[in-house]
Amino acid sequence: MSEKIIESTGLYKSFPRKGGAAQTATHYCPGCGHGVLTKLIGEALHDLELQDKAVLISPVGCAVFAYYYFDCGNIQVPHGRAPAVATGVSRATDKVVISYQGDGDLASIGLNETLQAANRGEKIAVFFVNNTVYGMTGGQMAPTTLVGEKTVTCPNGRDPMTQGYPVHMCELINNLKAPVYIERVALTDPAHVMQARKAIRKALEIQKEGKGYTFVEVLSACPTNLKMSTTETNKWVNEVMTKEYPLGKLRDNTEATEVVRPASDFSKEALDKVFGAAKSEEKAASSEDLPDVQVKIAGFGGQGVLSLGTMIAQAGLSVGRNVSWYPSYGPEQRGGTSNCSVTLATHAIGSPVIYRPDLLVAMNRPSLEKFKNDVKPGGVIVYDAIMGEVEMPAGIKGIAVPAQQLADEAGNPKGANTVMFGVIAALGVTRLPDVAFRNALANSFAKKPQLIPVNEKLLDFVRDWAKTHA
Amino acid sequence: MATKLVKGNTAVVIGALYAGADCYFGYPITPASEVLQEASKYFPMLGRKFLQAESEEASINMCYGAASAGHRVFTASSGPGISLMSEGISYIAGAQLPVVLVDIMRAGPGLGNIGPEQGDYNQVVKGGGHGNYKCIVLAPNSVQEMCDFTMKAFDLAFKWRNPVFVLADGTLGQMMESLTLPEKAIEPKIDTSWAVAGTPETRPNLVTSIFLDFDQLEKFNYFLQDKYAKIEAEEASWDEYQTEDADTVLVAYGICSRIARTAVDMAREAGKKVGLLRPKTLFPFPKARLMELANGKVKRFISVEMSNGQMQADIKLAVECKCPVDLVYRLGGNLLHIDQIMAAL
Repeated sequence: MSEKIIESTGLYKSFPRKGGAAQTATHYCPGCGHGVLTKLIGEALHDLELQDKAVLISPVGCAVFAYYYFDCGNIQVPHGRAPAVATGVSRATDKVVISYQGDGDLASIGLNETLQAANRGEKIAVFFVNNTVYGMTGGQMAPTTLVGEKTVTCPNGRDPMTQGYPVHMCELINNLKAPVYIERVALTDPAHVMQARKAIRKALEIQKEGKGYTFVEVLSACPTNLKMSTTETNKWVNEVMTKEYPLGKLRDNTEATEVVRPASDFSKEALDKVFGAAKSEEKAASSEDLPDVQVKIAGFGGQGVLSLGTMIAQAGLSVGRNVSWYPSYGPEQRGGTSNCSVTLATHAIGSPVIYRPDLLVAMNRPSLEKFKNDVKPGGVIVYDAIMGEVEMPAGIKGIAVPAQQLADEAGNPKGANTVMFGVIAALGVTRLPDVAFRNALANSFAKKPQLIPVNEKLLDFVRDWAKTHA
Repeated sequence: MATKLVKGNTAVVIGALYAGADCYFGYPITPASEVLQEASKYFPMLGRKFLQAESEEASINMCYGAASAGHRVFTASSGPGISLMSEGISYIAGAQLPVVLVDIMRAGPGLGNIGPEQGDYNQVVKGGGHGNYKCIVLAPNSVQEMCDFTMKAFDLAFKWRNPVFVLADGTLGQMMESLTLPEKAIEPKIDTSWAVAGTPETRPNLVTSIFLDFDQLEKFNYFLQDKYAKIEAEEASWDEYQTEDADTVLVAYGICSRIARTAVDMAREAGKKVGLLRPKTLFPFPKARLMELANGKVKRFISVEMSNGQMQADIKLAVECKCPVDLVYRLGGNLLHIDQIMAAL
């Protein structure tokens, strides 16, 4: 509680957010590296004139209160999630974002977020304090704890047979393509501090230029949890820890160019253009009061069941009907049977699920057998003639449509679905005018307008067929 | 008015974009994936920010980041993903951030299946994560409302600086209906009084949910409870159908309310005095109105839900058990059948 930051820049002059009496002292323990790192980052923020454009992320761990100190925008975040939060801030604002994290936070609970943000090349500066232990929670083993090092959760020393080996974050991140700058430094003596200062400034310069992801690992002393004096701990970092975690620059891609993000367009004009407001249907005010028409379409996946339903719904919509279309979704999509329910109404639609259809369109026999007894008395079943002899329930009109044969005869062999659509149009059971079906056809082939005339021709051909067969 | 035939999941994205959503961060899960897919298509067309996150934990924390910066942000998922987001949602509530979340419910527990269910009611309406917080919860029952309520969710999120859920089920996400496009588009402004946007005017600001001092945290918690009480007083919203003379009132939200409405029509044809109360907000729950009905002609309530009485419990609390509150429900991914309601009447 006694390390005093004097004449520092980039930090608040005193720390009222911290509360308590010692308003110019940090909450860090004597001899801890965090105090020095805080000062170095603050100084770089000031010298690079970043304080008005930087957002600093305080993690969970000893640096949870980083926002006591840094004179810039501050956000405190959940354990391990700093790189994800930083991503959100960066994508939204395109400003300078700094993620300040310890080893448990970054390399254990947040390893996924760390690697994924690095791999995406997010425009964030990550400063990683590696002191080989969880400090804030009382000195538990960290992913970076050395083999044989004792902590309160590996009291006999870390044993790789049960606890694995120390994680080398710089080296892991160096396997990824996107990061711009990766360096490991230490804070153990003036020479090392000067090298750390350079790396920190370099990382923040890269952020200022908007070039992408930077990662600086800072080997730092934790005398409290290592249970050594400040001098002994720094010596241990220099002599033991750096053997496991060699210092140095792993990557410096100064050639990187600025990552430019687009500006958001919130105008109504742009939205209406994207969603085709001009091309959408003008909803016709209908004074008619007609009973609901319910249509069920069923068949094998791939027979166009859902799209035929969509076309009927689109036909209704084009003449001002309220419509609903509800698919059986899920495993059926990947083979097996598929069905959808379409309701056409002149007032509000209740359940979009149909129990008693007025019209059943069955594309295969299992679907016909499954749903034929649900059809309302006086209703109609349209089915593919290929099924052969079919027994109709009493009071139901059955129409066998040789869909493929009619499509072939009309010279449009890919039009079997349009044949079914044409039969539905001709039957009148949907209570929709002819123009509704033509609208739907045009809508359905909007991306291939050259196919509209041949399909309209097919619709007329089927209408004539239906006059004599339906 | 321009109308389109779209899925509920698409309507959510359209509503969000007209509401000025600047960022979408999400992760795939059936039956909510179309929200992610449609966002990936439309956000970049408008220069807005889309990112497929590595997990739901990451996507909710990306939302935390963008919302901290004062931008309009949302995500969508389904039960298992909402479970993973719960930590982040608690932080968002604690830091008082305006984030819109969409839950397209599937059947649980565990991996369950991808059919429609309403089993996330407690998780979403009661909080789900740690601590004494609440989310505002809107419950659409049509494709039009999937769009309109998403827009409304952004208004409420910023009005109250609170997470707001749009709670729907697989049916509403997957079905298509006509959608009338919104008539206005929001051009959002950053609220510099609290946001941390990397600008000179927001430099003094701090977004956090930590209060080390017990008394301070206690004070903050009471402040939150006070906010929730105001939300209860101002934002409860519901629809009624044929309740004027009803002795039996069905209570249903989302897709169940559509089925229940048809059931009311059928019951009325058979001469039964049945009505429907449809909560449009689940928090706040229309408690006062339910109590009024219980004090009036209503002899019996029936909670119609695709969960195991999760909403029934709230109706019982609302009417203080003044009359019976029965349950008609279905679980497992199958839609509740209208015959179940008719059998109970």
